[in-house]
Amino acid sequence: MEIVTSILAGILFTTGIYNLLQKQLLRIIIGTSLISHGAHLFILTMGELKRGNPPILVEGVTNYVDPLPQALILTSIVISFGVTSFLLVLAYRASQTNQTDNMDELRGNEHE
Amino acid sequence: MLTAVFLPLIFALLIPLLSKWKDKIHTGWFVLIVPFTVFVYLVTKTGKDFAPIRETYQWIPSLNINFDFYLDGLGLLFGLLISGIGTLVVLYSIFYLHKSEQLAHFYVYLLMFMTAMFGVVFSDNVYVLYTFWELTSLSSFLLIGFWNHRKGSRYGALKSMLITVFGGLSLLGGLILLHLVTGTTSIQAMIEQKEVIIQSPYFGWILAFVFLGAFTKSAQFPFHIWLPDAMEAPTPVSAYLHSATMVKAGIFLIARFLPIFVLSEWFMIVTSTVGIVTLCIGSYMAVRQTDLKGILAYSTISQLGMIMAMLGYGTSTAIFAAVFHILNHATFKGSLFMVAGIVDHETGTRDIRKLGGLMTLMPITATLALFGTFSMAGVPLPFLNGFYSKEMFFQASLDLSGTSSITEVLAIVIPILAVVGSIFTFVYSMYLFFGTFRGEYKEQELPKKPHEAPIGMLISPIILITGVVVIGLYAQLVNEPLLAHTYEAITGEISNKTISYWHGFIPAFQLSLLVVGVGTVLAMTRKRWSSIYNVLPGSLSLNRVYDWLVDRTEKYSMKITNTYMTGSLKTYAQLLLSAIFIISAAILFLTNGINLEATDLAPITIAELLIVGMMAFAAIATVFTNSRIAAILILGVVGYGLSILFVLYRAPDLALTQLIVETVTVALFLLAFMHLPELRKRTEPLRTRALNATIAISFGALMTIVAISSFASKWFEPISQYFLETSKSLGGGKNVVNVILVDMRGLDTLFEIAVLALAALGIYGMIKLRGNSKEAK
Repeated sequence: MEIVTSILAGILFTTGIYNLLQKQLLRIIIGTSLISHGAHLFILTMGELKRGNPPILVEGVTNYVDPLPQALILTSIVISFGVTSFLLVLAYRASQTNQTDNMDELRGNEHE
Repeated sequence: MLTAVFLPLIFALLIPLLSKWKDKIHTGWFVLIVPFTVFVYLVTKTGKDFAPIRETYQWIPSLNINFDFYLDGLGLLFGLLISGIGTLVVLYSIFYLHKSEQLAHFYVYLLMFMTAMFGVVFSDNVYVLYTFWELTSLSSFLLIGFWNHRKGSRYGALKSMLITVFGGLSLLGGLILLHLVTGTTSIQAMIEQKEVIIQSPYFGWILAFVFLGAFTKSAQFPFHIWLPDAMEAPTPVSAYLHSATMVKAGIFLIARFLPIFVLSEWFMIVTSTVGIVTLCIGSYMAVRQTDLKGILAYSTISQLGMIMAMLGYGTSTAIFAAVFHILNHATFKGSLFMVAGIVDHETGTRDIRKLGGLMTLMPITATLALFGTFSMAGVPLPFLNGFYSKEMFFQASLDLSGTSSITEVLAIVIPILAVVGSIFTFVYSMYLFFGTFRGEYKEQELPKKPHEAPIGMLISPIILITGVVVIGLYAQLVNEPLLAHTYEAITGEISNKTISYWHGFIPAFQLSLLVVGVGTVLAMTRKRWSSIYNVLPGSLSLNRVYDWLVDRTEKYSMKITNTYMTGSLKTYAQLLLSAIFIISAAILFLTNGINLEATDLAPITIAELLIVGMMAFAAIATVFTNSRIAAILILGVVGYGLSILFVLYRAPDLALTQLIVETVTVALFLLAFMHLPELRKRTEPLRTRALNATIAISFGALMTIVAISSFASKWFEPISQYFLETSKSLGGGKNVVNVILVDMRGLDTLFEIAVLALAALGIYGMIKLRGNSKEAK
């Protein structure tokens, strides 16, 4: 199963990067979201999948899945949520102020 | 000696105060004390029983970098030149520069330069030597660009800076190598280990680097091109820096390391060849010049070449002649520059084509010029010091003998070139004198009505010309107390040299007569053959090479920067991602990191496969959809799919968080999408799309391979067992993930809260604080 999820993480990265390389702001944000999904899946896969019970201690059970990657992903989800929402509002403001959401038109004119 | 070296620099701090305090008095009068004090101090050191003096002051003892001062004969000769001519130049500048000039700047730079030169010639520590060496470049740069409102000054200053600093950095490389090879930073200690240096494998590099430093500083071929452009400096500066002192720093350096280098045959070959070539090119080019200072600049180049060549010969006569000529050249060249300055000052032009017939109007100046130019030409008259050193030069050139095939050729070629160079020297010297002071007086072409210079301006050149005559007549006066010690410092042998009026009708004297004969004929007929300068342009083409190099460097660096600094975010992302991909893939491949044989895998179930398939499909669909609402909903599918995966993989907290976050994110997207323009059809060319796809696919494939490989190669047990065991006993909780978040790794959580708070504040700020941007527009 780990191989399947690895491939899925790869697909998420691929589509995320392809979206990132587009011109429109919305697509770029979609791209960053996809990449963070891929990264979360990546971390989870590295901690081995389905080797026991959920990490909530129960009397008599000794076999649990690895709790550390879960803690890391939880932190990461919250952070990427913060960044994504910030980016969204930034994109909204930028397109409103500049009347465009095309990255090529948002280039400065002093790029000599 | 510390006082002597740093006195000018410390005095320079007072200059701005002095020039403001007594603005009626020319600032130069205060400055005059400084070099004169040092000169007197050094004169008291000369004498028959002179012995080297050593002083050490700590600077950075842990790196063996200290102010080690070592005053031997070589340092003494240069120290006397710097302080003596320094005194005369300051005196001359008092009358040359008007009080309306920025005198405070001028004297600060000049005193800075003086400290730097004293430091160079007295330092025994290579790094201290280098420090002062660069300070001479810097202060010379400031002095050449003194009239910074002129374009020529700025060009000349930049050119000299680039060339001498290039040489200075090479020198630093050579000095570091010397330090590494010998393990000491003291020059005298290095000379004691000369065998070690000679046999080291880095000796070739050391030689090359030190040569580059010395040749650039001393304006040797092909680095001589900065010196004529440095003539934009005020004339006192040209007289001081670019004839008597700084340009001899390279000569000093070669002389200082001569005991080591002379053991190598390549030293002789390179130094004497470069010197002789410089002598010929400099004197050849000098005849062509029309500017008085231009002639003198090329003349300096050629005379420096002659000294360099003599050091390269390495024979005892040659080294003694070189030492003698260093002194002679400083006297007559310094005075000639001052004469040129006087002519410029009194007539308003330095163009020799407009000058002529000034002899009766400026008799004292003309007399001074007569002695100076004839001494420079080496005319065989007993009261001209230039003649003696020139004759010794011929003698040394004739005495050369070769042991290998290259040196045998040199032994034949060098005397011929020496004579040719000397003939041209004679021609330009005569041209300089007769062109300025004899011939037709062109009154209407001169901007000013010429008359004799004020006495203050004449004092310095009179003293120097007196020096020329006195050294010529009574050479023993300087030989025993000074030159003998210098010779001893360079060669390590006690000097038995004497300077006599008459050696007999020896070949060297015959060559002198030949030079005068041929030179006279050529000087008389100069107008007829000067058209050869249209065919052989000499160093003009080297200037073109320099300009071309500077121009190309600027153009190409601009071009290269423009290729990747496009201002487009997409290009930067493409470059960054490609670079990450290439580097990671190369490392993965080179270290045999690829390992696809994963064992101990979890079983695959149908439910999981369905969800994975759904996510993959949704992710790919985001790329192809052209509707923004569809794109947002499909992104939601991926997020919810991920949270179901979290459920299946026994991560209840993650599933919960992911569900909530995904819901809020989709809601946010939907909120924002009302205000975002519609997604448009892709209009990009196929090539761009293919490039993007290639980058994306290769990056995704790399991530998959990395994931599988790192899963397949486990190096040690995870530490999670510790968390599971101590969650209850130490953390007091049963939910291990939550205990990790708030107890074991609580700092992560603290700062993630900070991130959320910042994001919230940022969003609030972006939405609320919008008034300013409109006002700014």
